[in-house]
Amino acid sequence: MTFELETAAHPENLKRVVIEPVTRVEGHGKVTLLLDEDNRVHQARFHIVEFRGFEKFIQGRPYWEVPVLVQRLCGICPVSHNLAASKALDMIVGATLTPGAEKLRRLMHLGQILQSHALHFFYLASPDLLFGFDSDVAKRNIVGVAAAYPEIAKQGVALRKYGQEIIRLTAGKRVHGTGAIPGGMNKNLSLEERDYLRKDIEQIIAWSQAAVELVKKVYTGRPDFHNGFGFYRSSFMSLVRGDGALDLYHGGLRARDEHGQTIFDHVDYSHYWDYIHEEVKPWSYMKFPFIRSRGREEGWYRVGPLARVNNCDFIPTPLADAERKIFKAFGGGSATQATLAYHWARMIEMLHAAEAIQELLFDDDLQSDDLVSSGERALRGVGVIEAPRGTLIHHYRINEDEQIVRANLIVSTTHNNHAMNEAIRQVALQYLDGKEMNEGLLNHIEVAIRAFDPCLSCATHAVGKMPLEVELVDAEGAVIDRLSKNSDGRCGV
Amino acid sequence: MTAPLLVFGYGNPSRGDDALGPLLLERLAALNLPHVELLTDFQLQVEHAVDLQDRELVLFIDASVSCAPPYAFSRLAANKDTSFTSHAMSPAAVLHAFRELYGEPPSTYLLAVLGERFELGEALSEAATDNLEAAFRLLENLCADHGHQAWDRFIMPQR
Repeated sequence: MTFELETAAHPENLKRVVIEPVTRVEGHGKVTLLLDEDNRVHQARFHIVEFRGFEKFIQGRPYWEVPVLVQRLCGICPVSHNLAASKALDMIVGATLTPGAEKLRRLMHLGQILQSHALHFFYLASPDLLFGFDSDVAKRNIVGVAAAYPEIAKQGVALRKYGQEIIRLTAGKRVHGTGAIPGGMNKNLSLEERDYLRKDIEQIIAWSQAAVELVKKVYTGRPDFHNGFGFYRSSFMSLVRGDGALDLYHGGLRARDEHGQTIFDHVDYSHYWDYIHEEVKPWSYMKFPFIRSRGREEGWYRVGPLARVNNCDFIPTPLADAERKIFKAFGGGSATQATLAYHWARMIEMLHAAEAIQELLFDDDLQSDDLVSSGERALRGVGVIEAPRGTLIHHYRINEDEQIVRANLIVSTTHNNHAMNEAIRQVALQYLDGKEMNEGLLNHIEVAIRAFDPCLSCATHAVGKMPLEVELVDAEGAVIDRLSKNSDGRCGV
Repeated sequence: MTAPLLVFGYGNPSRGDDALGPLLLERLAALNLPHVELLTDFQLQVEHAVDLQDRELVLFIDASVSCAPPYAFSRLAANKDTSFTSHAMSPAAVLHAFRELYGEPPSTYLLAVLGERFELGEALSEAATDNLEAAFRLLENLCADHGHQAWDRFIMPQR
């Protein structure tokens, strides 16, 4: 752990390197590197636009609007917010889900995992992995992948489209769907819809297997480089099923430390605040969660695919579990703490999602009409799922008029906040000479950030809005170097 | 059967003027045009290239922070836009992905409508409301006479 490097006795003496925004992550970000007098990286600060505005936005709204409203948080993972909110509101309406409703939600969630992981790997990560971090930026993108590896690009499109089709058929619409509601689901999967999805699932599994093989081949081809890039050790947190299996929809919270020792296990998430505390830092709107029992200095952790694959005792689908074992055994476990191993773990999860989708498509409960339940009302509800990027917590309190009076959301990127800063710092220590900015440094920092697949909550989009500037500022505030990045991704002075 | 004309309006309805694309799509939906398919999403992604298959004509509608008021209407060419931030794939880049994956894309146009406020929870600004009305009148004309020769007459000179 390197928490002591997060604070400086005399921060006014530190130089700043500012990188804004980071490309190929969800939304816009800005990186500030604080240098000491010897031009060594002392601290990394990854500034992120985040969700506090949204929590205010939904106050006063009737609770039943929330599952639809929260989808507007994020254009990349609306289904994750829809499901986490619905789970929280299940508590408020006192519902125990029917088998049909739970399986339909699981199917929707697996579709989201499949499409999100496919997008990240094929379109954001594979250009770096296939062409190298320092290759020509004109080639290092999905268009370059499509030109050099057309079959891989087509498979990526098809995998993502299949996941989107699952979402459309379970949510009722491609976007802003209303499938999951407090207490259940408002539609089932018709036989016609089921057969439409069954038609391609074997191919989807085969392509997912091929994706695992691809990332495994790339990763193990340069094991020292991939293991060592931005390396550090940390704790991990994720949901696990009662028997310790990977479960992306429901379970108890498990946290393990950097040596694999259990910190807590099978924790009921409806009292998550007894285990996790959110710290505020003056330089960021984003909070820094930590595990209470370990304290603010040692308690930070990672979530997401790497955390889940490391934390679970097994994956309950055979092909993905076989790959998990290979991953865990590789190099005597050397990949299990590596920043770039997120990519490998993400593809293992995509394969699991494909296998689990197939299982569900042969389950008759998906055609059930018994989809909504309710029970004794409560004024508070907490919903947690494992979203594509990691653990997602939605927490609501309502009043007697059934209006939202308080909301607290801890999104995956917030859980990973400290961990991302640490990854950036480690990479900068390796690649910044402290005297001037260069494109190579920018590329490497972006690769480290992208490993986490952070979602920066920038669901807005408008033509022509893509600024980028990189500055090196000394302790007196003078700009000593500047690097800009224009809309085509190229850097210039 | 695939509708020959695809109108794809994108943006986040909860972020002020970013809702211009989806709102214009809602207005079009009320016209019940038989030859037009309407699709919406928060932002463009590479899989939207699949939605372009077997179309004769495609129109993207987005909010713009920089076009001349009230809107800009232009024909798009596939462009190797290498920024490819995953939340901000440009329509020209989607066309380029289409070309790489499936061959020559259909004739495609962009209707960019000027907006000025994009914060979460904001309503459509007064200026954007006026721009939406002007853009909708253009859309009615486009849908009434859909062919790229007819549409080319509406193309506006670049600022």
